[in-house]
Parts: sequence; C-alpha cells; structure tokens
Amino acid sequence: MTHRSFFSFMLPSLLAMFLFIVLPTGSIIVQSFYTEHGKALSLAENCGPFGCEQTTHIDLAITEELREEAPLGKFNGLGTYLDRAHLAVDEISKIFEESESAGEVVSRIYNLPFYKALSFTIAYTFFATPLAMMVGFLVAMAVNNIPKKIKGPVIFLSLLPYIVTPLIGSLTLFWMINSNGIIGATLQFIFNDPDLSLKASPVLTWVTLIVYGIWHMAPFPFVVYYAGLQTIPQDTMESAMIDGASKWERIRYVVIPHLFPLTTFLALVLMMDNFRIFEPIVGFSAEANATSLSWSIYNDLNGQVDKLYGSAASTSVLTVICVVILLIPVLLRTWRSFKQKNPDGSAS
Amino acid sequence: MTRLCALATVCLLPLICASNFAAAECGIESGSVRVLSNDIDSLGVVLNEARQCVSDTVNVRINRTTEHKSIQVSALAIDPAIYSVAMVSTNTLPPLLSAGLVRPLDEYVEKYGQDLKPDQLIKIDGKTVAIAFMANSQHLFMRGDILSDLGIPPPKTYQEVLNAARTIKEAGIMKYPLAAAYEAGWYLGNEFVNNYLGLGGQFFEPGSAEPSINNPKGVQVLQLMKEMTEYMPPEYLTLTADDLKKLYLDGKVAIINQWGSMVNSHLDPNGAAPEISDATLIAPAPTLGGYDIPAAALWWDGFTIAKNVSDEDAEASFRAMMYGMRSSVANEHPNAATWLIKGYQAPEGAKGVLDTISSGGRPYPMNPFMGIMHAALGSELTDFMQGRESAEQALADVEAAYRTSARASGFLD
Repeated sequence: MTHRSFFSFMLPSLLAMFLFIVLPTGSIIVQSFYTEHGKALSLAENCGPFGCEQTTHIDLAITEELREEAPLGKFNGLGTYLDRAHLAVDEISKIFEESESAGEVVSRIYNLPFYKALSFTIAYTFFATPLAMMVGFLVAMAVNNIPKKIKGPVIFLSLLPYIVTPLIGSLTLFWMINSNGIIGATLQFIFNDPDLSLKASPVLTWVTLIVYGIWHMAPFPFVVYYAGLQTIPQDTMESAMIDGASKWERIRYVVIPHLFPLTTFLALVLMMDNFRIFEPIVGFSAEANATSLSWSIYNDLNGQVDKLYGSAASTSVLTVICVVILLIPVLLRTWRSFKQKNPDGSAS
Repeated sequence: MTRLCALATVCLLPLICASNFAAAECGIESGSVRVLSNDIDSLGVVLNEARQCVSDTVNVRINRTTEHKSIQVSALAIDPAIYSVAMVSTNTLPPLLSAGLVRPLDEYVEKYGQDLKPDQLIKIDGKTVAIAFMANSQHLFMRGDILSDLGIPPPKTYQEVLNAARTIKEAGIMKYPLAAAYEAGWYLGNEFVNNYLGLGGQFFEPGSAEPSINNPKGVQVLQLMKEMTEYMPPEYLTLTADDLKKLYLDGKVAIINQWGSMVNSHLDPNGAAPEISDATLIAPAPTLGGYDIPAAALWWDGFTIAKNVSDEDAEASFRAMMYGMRSSVANEHPNAATWLIKGYQAPEGAKGVLDTISSGGRPYPMNPFMGIMHAALGSELTDFMQGRESAEQALADVEAAYRTSARASGFLD
C-alpha cells in the first residue's frame, strides 16, 4: 500500500482520534496543573429569615481582576498531584516518621482518600477479573454441552446480567440484600444472626461489590469463550479421544490451550473495564466502606455544591497512569508471543 | 357546524378568560421568565402559579431538576443567561454569589414587593440578593403511642432521646428504636452540622476560611452520634431521609429527627400507615449538652434573579415570582411547606419547623466555603462512625481534607 492511500484511509480515523481522544486528554492534563485563584475575603452582615450574622464573603472585584488576567487559574505545577487528596507525599513521609509498626503505616496510609480508593479499585480488579473469566468459561462449557433445543433461551438468560445497566442492577441487588430483602433475610436465617447486614461491615461490602461485579461481567467472557469453543478443531478432539484422553484431559490439553489467546484479550478488556468501577458504589451507597478512583472523580465534580476541576483532572490523569501500569504485563506478553510467531518482525 | 363552533367557544371561553385574567393579574407587559429549580413539590406549587403569568407577550419556561446545583453556575454565567430565575436555598445561593451572577433586587422589592415581610429578604451588606418564601429544618417525629405506653414524656434533649430509646429497647418493643439519615456523604455531614450548631459551635475562625471544628465541641458531637448508633439498624451509614421515612412508617423505629418538608407524608391519614401517622407526635429538634439551641440547622428556600439577563426579563421574572408566592397560594396549600409568606395560617404540621425556629435554632452557615466543609465532613467521618479511629483523629482528617479542597478552590493559601 502506498503511503498516500494509507493516509487517505487513516485520515478520518486519525482526525476522530485527535478530536475525541487527544484533545480532551490534553485539556485534562493542562487543567490538572491549575487551581482556582486566591479569593479575597471580607466580612459582611448577612440577614435572612433567621436573623442577622456577620459572615465571610468573596470580594468579587479583586477575584474578577485575577480571573481576567489568567483565565485558566493559578498555576500550581504538580501541587494538586502531591496534595492530601491525591498522592499525599507530605502525609506519607510523616506517617513513616511517626509510625512504630508496619501495620500502623498501612492503616494510616489507607486512611488517605486516594489510597483508600486505589486499594478497593485494585482489589476489585484483581478479584473480579479472573473470577468473572472463570465463571464465564464454566458457563460457556455448560452451554456448549446442552441440547440444541434449549441453547437459545439459555444463552439469552446468561447474557441478561450484562444487559442490565450497572446502576439499575446494583440498586436492585441493594434492595434485595437489605435486612428486609430476600437475600438479606435469607442470609440472616442461614447464619442465625439477626444483626447480619451486608451493608454494615467493610469486608462484607467489598465481598458484595466483587460478587456483583462477577455477576455483571461474567456474560462477556462467556460469549467470547463460547464463540471460541465453536472453533475447536474436531480432528484434534477426536484424535485425543482415540488416544484415550479423558474428558478432563481434553479440556486441559486441547480446549484451554486453544482458548488461551482469547484469555489474554479478555484479561485486557476486563481489567480496563473493572478498573473504572463506579456505578455499583453509588448504587450500593457503599461510600463509607469502598470508594474507587472513578468515584473520587465523580465526587469532586458532583458530590458537593462546589466543583473541584483541578482535583478531578489530577485523579483522572493518575487513573490513566495506573491503567497503563496495570496493562504493561499483559501487553508485554502479547508482544513477546507476537515476536515468537514473527521472528523477523514483519506484521503480515 | 356553526352550532358546534359556538358550543366550543362557549365551553372554552372560561378557560381563555381565566388564563388571560391571571396574566392580567400578574401585570407583566412583556418579557421572558426562565426558571431553574430543584424538583420538590413545594417549589412546584409556587412555580405552577408563576406559570399562570404566561400570555402572548410573556413567555414562562420552567426546568425542575434535582441536578440544578450542578448546572446553575454555568447556566447563569453566560450572557444572556439561560435562566432568569434560579430557585435557591441556604447552600445553593453562595456559589452564585461567589461567581457574581446575582442581580441586586432592592429596586424591584421597592416597586413590586409590597407583600414581602422584611425577614423574607436575604440581605448581604444591606443589599437584597434573594427572596425567601419557605423555611425548613429537621425536627422530632415520635411514636406517641409507644412513649405513653411506657410512661415516657416526649424527649426534649438528646439525653432524653437516648434514655427513651433504651427503655423502648429494654421493653422489647423495638430492637432499633432510633434511626437518622446517616448515609455517608452529604447526609452524614449534615447531621454533624445540626449537632455542632446545637452546641453553639463555630465552623471557621471568624473572618477567615480557617477551619475550627477540631475542638471539644466537635468531639462531643461525634460521641453523641456514635452513642445514638447503638440504637440504630446496623446499616445506618446507608440511610437517607427517604429510607428514614420508610423505616418509620413501617413501624421499625420510634424516634427520628426528620425533615419538616416531609411532614405531610408522615402525618397523612390516607398515607402508607394511617395508624402510625395518627400516633405521631411532632416537636422541635432536641437540644444537647445543656444548651437550649435545637440541634437542627435552619434552611430557607427562595429565588434570586440572574445578573446576565435584560432588565425587562429580570423585572418580568421578579413579578411572576411575586405572583407565584402571594398569600392566597400559601393558604391554599398550607401543608405543602412552612411558608414564610405574609398572612400564612400555619397548620398543626408546620409546628415542628416553626417551633424549632422560635426556640432559637441556628441557620445553616451561609458562606462560600461551607459546601467544602460539608463535603469533607461527609467523607471523613465514616471511619469514626465505624469505630476505626478516634473522634480527634476523625476531626483532624476533616480539617485536613477541608484544607486540601479549600486550597484548590483558592480560599486558603
């Protein structure tokens, strides 16, 4: 293909990528280096239905002047990245100076909002991703072995959790695990503990969110694996059978190796998806026990009357960096297997 | 055919006349009234009346949305502003003031505000910036039947609330006699604000944005909140005011400090639980720590007019709102809200809010950085509530989180 025709094919896509990916990301990165201008405060008498009080107000003239001089705000460099709501460098060095045991260091770091959000985000990603893939694989194997007649309806039912919007799904489940709800009441009955509440303890909240995540995500690996199962070469299967391989051995030595490339692809997509966990935290009102990076961004922009754009932008950039770090092992792996297949490096 | 036309005209005539009559009563010649409002019923009452001012030359458009907070500043910042009227309350006016988007209203008050009481005017430095028309606060809702069965007089202080809860629990009537809107986030922060105000506490150093809540009063508030949770359902950190209502009307809890604006659904004889509504007593918010301040912040709701609209639209908007909040509206809907409107005959249900005001309740702090403080309280107190850290540590965390956000917003260096 000539360079000319290559570019004419690529141009629309490059343009779209520039407009919808490079520009917004760039603007977020720029935003993350700025904070709002210092505000001049003054006291004024404030009267209303409940009497008068001296309250603090912003001196608008001075603030307006500053804003006109520098509309982006005050340049803060990496200040926002290093503050308590993000990497908390000062706080962490203080924690290391003052703490006496490793346990204290961990619990005090966990007390900082960014690390609290990061801990849950990572835990969720590392539990929900492999478990959802496992469940998806098992469902795919099961569906592959059921009679043709009922396959259609079963596939449709297995896909349902993925179709339900996460917010709606989590709200529904939230009502069900209520102590009056069907799951909550059943669990209380089984464990004979009338005070058992999935919403109250941090550990149970994490477990609930992860189980929800597996339930919601499993249909995706299911569909991919099920499609993969249709491509298994029957000859290999038959020869394995003739060689006397048991059912388990056939799965272990034929099916799984055949599906392995799909697993890498699934791990990549699911990890990226799970890393931005957000809606279930809102749906389960889980803020007290579990927050995520996406939730922190939302909270900066929508959780209060005032919006913290700089803070949200910094968290966004940090999230992107975390995703890249997370994906490096998977990407390296893909690259290595690509090199193995094409030792001369030609991509044909 | 002609007869049909005549019939239609006769039938429609009163309708046409009625609307023209209302429009005439508004007295607006021309202009465009564009309202941004929270989506709550009581505001809808006023807005539906204001909508009557529509005529050939007056255009009224209303957007009622619970997302009003997140769009108001951007929507009013452009010129001309998308909305000429913003319905605001104690905590949503400051962001508009901070951005300089509010028009001084004194001129209009003088011309068209004959029916306003002086205390309806929200004044800063002597200039009217908003008009309030209803008040709100939390106050006690109690199961009178249970209290009288056990011979407990209706509690007036938090200590008495706790004692009553213990008695109810020990009598085996309810496992969790208390509940409060403690959902992590805005609600939890709000309960701290209520109680801290009840102790006469100050959130900031006077005249500055420096926080000042890490003190014995703050600790006392947290200890009370923690003590209350012993009598609350275990998932208390997920309860909102709506959940509170469900628990109460379901007969699961006996004493709650609930929003006055929700009094109707709690006392409704045709509501979800008529026997509970019938047995319900209402009283001002309880006091604490030997102070006689009801521990519930006072709120007002009202409207303000955008700066970036034409004088014609601003005047039309002000007059339409005045028409919407005339005294007959308040008296036709006496239970819709605790109106601040002149000539309002308060019914029994409004007593909770009115008594909380008259017995010395304190207003929700109205300054540009209170929103940041509220958010910090909401997210940093959860560890304490779950017993994972001390009250002092929790308050230190709140101050640290507040300082971080306040620095990002330019309030602190």
